[in-house]
Amino acid sequence: MTRKKSLSVIGKPLRKVDAMAKCAGETVYADDLNLPRMIYAKLLRSPHPHARVLGVNAARALTLDGVYAVITGEDLPQKFGIMPSTEDEEALAVDKVRYAGDPVAAVAAISESLAEKALGTIDVEYEVLKPILSIEEALASTEESQRIHTWNRRANVQKAVSLEFGDIEGGFARSDHIFEGTFFYQGNTHLPMEQYCAVGSYGPDDKLTLWSSTQTPHYLHRALAKVLKLPASRIRVIATPVGGGFGGKSDPFSHEICAAKLSMITRRPVKFTLSREECFYVHRGRHPVKMWAKTGVKSDGTIQAMQYKTFLDGGGYSSYGLASVYYTGALQTVTYKVPAYKFEGVRVFTNKPPCGPKRGHGTPQPRFAEEIQMDEIAEKLGIDPLDLRLKQLVEANSVTINGLQISSCGLRECIEKVAERAEWKKKFRKLPFGHGIGFAASAYITGAGLPIYRNDMPHSGVQIKLDRSGGVTVFCGSTDIGQGSDSILVYAIAEEFGIDPADIRVVTADTDLTPVDLGSYSSRVTIMTGNATIQACGKLKLMLLEAASEALEVPADDLEFADGQVRSASLPTRGISFAECVVKAEGKHGTLGATGSYWPPKNPREFKGSGVGPTPAYTFSTSIVELHCDSETGEIKIDKVWIAHDCGRAFNPLLVEGQTEGSVYMALGEALMEEQIFRKNGLHKIPSILEYKSPTTLETPEIETILVETIDPEGPYGAKEAGQGPLLPVVPAVSNAVYDAIGVRIHEVPITPDKILRALEGRLKAVSIPKFDFPAPLKWQPGQGVQVEQKS
Amino acid sequence: MKRLLRLRVNGETKEVAFETSKTLLEVLREDLGLNGTKHGCELGECGTCTVLVNGEPVLSCLMLGVEAENAEIVTVEGMSQNGKPHPLQKAFADLGAAQCGYCIPGILLTAKALLDENPHPTREEIRQALSGNLCRCTGYTKILQAVELAAKEIA
Repeated sequence: MTRKKSLSVIGKPLRKVDAMAKCAGETVYADDLNLPRMIYAKLLRSPHPHARVLGVNAARALTLDGVYAVITGEDLPQKFGIMPSTEDEEALAVDKVRYAGDPVAAVAAISESLAEKALGTIDVEYEVLKPILSIEEALASTEESQRIHTWNRRANVQKAVSLEFGDIEGGFARSDHIFEGTFFYQGNTHLPMEQYCAVGSYGPDDKLTLWSSTQTPHYLHRALAKVLKLPASRIRVIATPVGGGFGGKSDPFSHEICAAKLSMITRRPVKFTLSREECFYVHRGRHPVKMWAKTGVKSDGTIQAMQYKTFLDGGGYSSYGLASVYYTGALQTVTYKVPAYKFEGVRVFTNKPPCGPKRGHGTPQPRFAEEIQMDEIAEKLGIDPLDLRLKQLVEANSVTINGLQISSCGLRECIEKVAERAEWKKKFRKLPFGHGIGFAASAYITGAGLPIYRNDMPHSGVQIKLDRSGGVTVFCGSTDIGQGSDSILVYAIAEEFGIDPADIRVVTADTDLTPVDLGSYSSRVTIMTGNATIQACGKLKLMLLEAASEALEVPADDLEFADGQVRSASLPTRGISFAECVVKAEGKHGTLGATGSYWPPKNPREFKGSGVGPTPAYTFSTSIVELHCDSETGEIKIDKVWIAHDCGRAFNPLLVEGQTEGSVYMALGEALMEEQIFRKNGLHKIPSILEYKSPTTLETPEIETILVETIDPEGPYGAKEAGQGPLLPVVPAVSNAVYDAIGVRIHEVPITPDKILRALEGRLKAVSIPKFDFPAPLKWQPGQGVQVEQKS
Repeated sequence: MKRLLRLRVNGETKEVAFETSKTLLEVLREDLGLNGTKHGCELGECGTCTVLVNGEPVLSCLMLGVEAENAEIVTVEGMSQNGKPHPLQKAFADLGAAQCGYCIPGILLTAKALLDENPHPTREEIRQALSGNLCRCTGYTKILQAVELAAKEIA
C-alpha cells in the first residue's frame, strides 16, 4: 500500500466539528437536559471546616410537600477517590466533615427552590474541632487527636517522598556558585464558566444512566459502581459536552453519586446544578506550594546539581494528591542538563476544599521557582538568561537524570524564535525603569505513561464503522471539553480515508456505546486517540484495498485514498468513489468495522515514583513577557506575551493556537490576580466571580503564538500536546519581567500591587519554609532507574 | 404567583405564564425552552447569560421576566436570519473562537449589539464592549479576531 506523500486534512485550519452547534447555541450541556418527571436536588454543606458529625435529623424535610427523598452519610458509606490507594472521600460525610462545604445530606424535591428550602429544615449536630488551615499547622499537628484523616501513616501528612539521582553532594561540591531560594505559589481555581451539573436516571429496567459535565467518564463509571454497589455493567455514564474543565471536572464528585442514588430511591430523573459559590468549594484546583530550590553551577553557568523541597497544601482529601506531589519534582530535569538531582516533597491535609489537578498539574509551581532561579543565576554571572539556557539544553533522543526518555525536542528553536520575534537582545536590561521584559522556558508531558488504576488494557480505544453510503461513524470514549477531541477523531479518519470530514460522525464519551478512553487529563487525548484511530483505519484499509484492487484491476500497492476516491496513484483517473469501495468491500468481507487501541510505550525504569513523569513525548515551551510596572501604585500592565510551543505537529493549527493562547491567559490570571484564599473560620474569602479576580478582555494582552513543529515519532502524524505546556513558562516570565522593569524579585504568585510595593520598600519577606523530616531518599543511578545499593 | 405575559422573543410573540419572581434567564430556559442562553453565576458577574433587550446587551439573570414585557428580546437562537448564520456565528466557527462554547452565546450577542451600533469598531472598542463577558478557554484572542472578521464581512 502506498502512503500519500502530503497531508490533506492534518495541519489545516479547519472548523471544529461542533463549531456551528456551539455558535448557534444548540450544544446540549448537562444543565440543558430536561427529562420527563425530572426532579431537582441540592446538597447540605457543612458550615464548619473541621467537625465530627454526631447526628443528622432529616425528618422535618421529609414532611414537606414535594420533597421526595433525603439521604445522608449512612446511605452511601463506601469510601471512594480517584487514586485507588488513597480512597478517602465519602459522598456525604459519615462521621466527620473536613472542610467548610463538605456535603452532609442531599435532598431531592419537585423544584430546586423547594430542595433548597428543605435543606434548612435538616438538623445536623456537630462537635466542632479545631481546624488546620496552613501547611505549618498541619505539620505541627502531629498528635493523634489532631488528625484530619486516620488512614495515613504520619498525622496530617498525606504523602512524603524523597528521591535522589546521581551524585548530589559531589555536584554541589564541584559547583563554583550555589543559588538557594524560597518560593510560594498560591492556590487558584479552574473557574470554568459552566457550573458543575449532573443528571441521574434509574430506569424501570434497573439500569442507571448518569449524564455529567465530567472530563473522566470512565473513572466516574468505576466510582459509581463502587459506591452505589451496583454492577458496572448496569451503569451508563455519558459525559455531556463540558463547558470548561481545566482539570476541575476530573474527580468523581458527591453531586454525581447523589444524583444517581436519589434517582434509585425516587425512580425519577434527578438533576444537580451547583451554584457558583459551591463550585469554589468543590475546587480540586492548583495546590498552594511552598518551595525551596537550590542549584549549583560552574562559573560558566552550567548546572552541576539541583535540589528541591516542595510543601503542598492539599486541603481536606487526597484527590489526585499522590500524583500531584510527585509532579512537583518530576519535570524540573526536562529542559536543561542536570547531572545530579534530589527532590523531596510532602502533601499535607488541611481543612480546606481539596486541591487537585489544574492545567499543568503540580508542575507550574516548581517551574516558577526554577525559571526565576535561572534568571538569578544569569544575572549574578553576567550571562544573558537565554544564553545561559542555550548552552545546556536537553537534546532529542536523550534520557534525563531521573530516567525520563525525551524523543523529539524543539526547545532550542522555541528559544531562538521567541527571542527574535520579541527583539529580546534589543530590549533586555535596556528598557527604561518601570518597563521590563522577562523570559522563561518549560517542558510538559503528552499524556501520562500509566493509567490511574493499574491494568494492562489500552489507554484509548476507538471503534470505526463504515456505512454503505460512504459515511463513517467513529466511537470513542474521549471527552470533548472544548479542546476539540471530537474533531481530532474526524480529522484523522478524513486523512486516512481521503474523505470529506463532513461525511464522518462522532459518538463519544458514552460508556455504553464507546470503547474506553481514560479521559481528558494529562494532555493525553490527541496522541492516544489519534494513534488508536490510525490503527483502526489501517485495518479497514486492508479490506477496502482488497476490494478496490479487484474492482479496478490495479495492484493494491498502487492504490491511494484521496479526494473521496480509492484510485490508482500512477493513473489517478482509474478509481472508484469511497462509497463504492465500501459497498464492494462489504460484499466481499461482510459488515465493515474495526477497532484500534493505544498503549503508551512501557517505561523500562521501574522505581517507586517512576510512574509520574514518563510520557510518550515531551513538549517544550518558551515565553517572553513585556510589561509595565507602576512603582507608585504597584500595578502591572502586561503589554504583550510571545509564546513558542513545540507541539510536534500542529494537528489543526487553529486549535493548537487556541490552546496556547488560552494557556497564556490562564497563566496571566495565576501570575497577577487569581487566588483561592480562606478566612480563619475556613470559609472562602472570595467565592464569587466578582471577587475572585480573573483577566477580562481588558487585562489580557496581545498574545503572539509561534508553533514549532518537531514531528515526534510517537505522535499521530507527529503531534504532541498543546493544552497545558504553554501555561508553564508564562508565570515565571512575568516575575522575571518585573525584575527587569523595577529591579525587585517577587518569589510569590499572584504578583499583586501590594507585593510590588512591599518589595520596593524592602518589606516583602522571603517565603518561610516549614520544618519537616523527609524520609531518607531512595537513591538511583543516573538515568537508569537502578537503585544504588544502600547500607542499612 | 404566576402571571400570564406576552413576550417578544426572536421576532415571535410568546404567551407564557410564569412565577413573577423568575428571572428572564429562567423564563427563557425553563418556560420557553430556549436553552441556548447559558448561566455561569446567576449574580450578574460573568456575562454568560447576556441577551439583547431592545438591542441592548442585558444580563438576563438580573432582569425579571415581567420586566421584559413588550420588549424585543433576542437570544442566540434568534441570530440566524432566513436559516443563514449571522456573520458573527460564522466567523467564530471559522476562527476557532468557540472552545468549550459555553460563554459564546453571551459573547455573540454582546458583539452583535456592538456591531449594530458601531460597524467598524477598533480592537480597543471591541475589548471594551466584551469586557463584561468572561471566557476561560480562549484568552480572548480568537474572539477579538472573529469580531473583526465579522465586521469586515458585514461591511
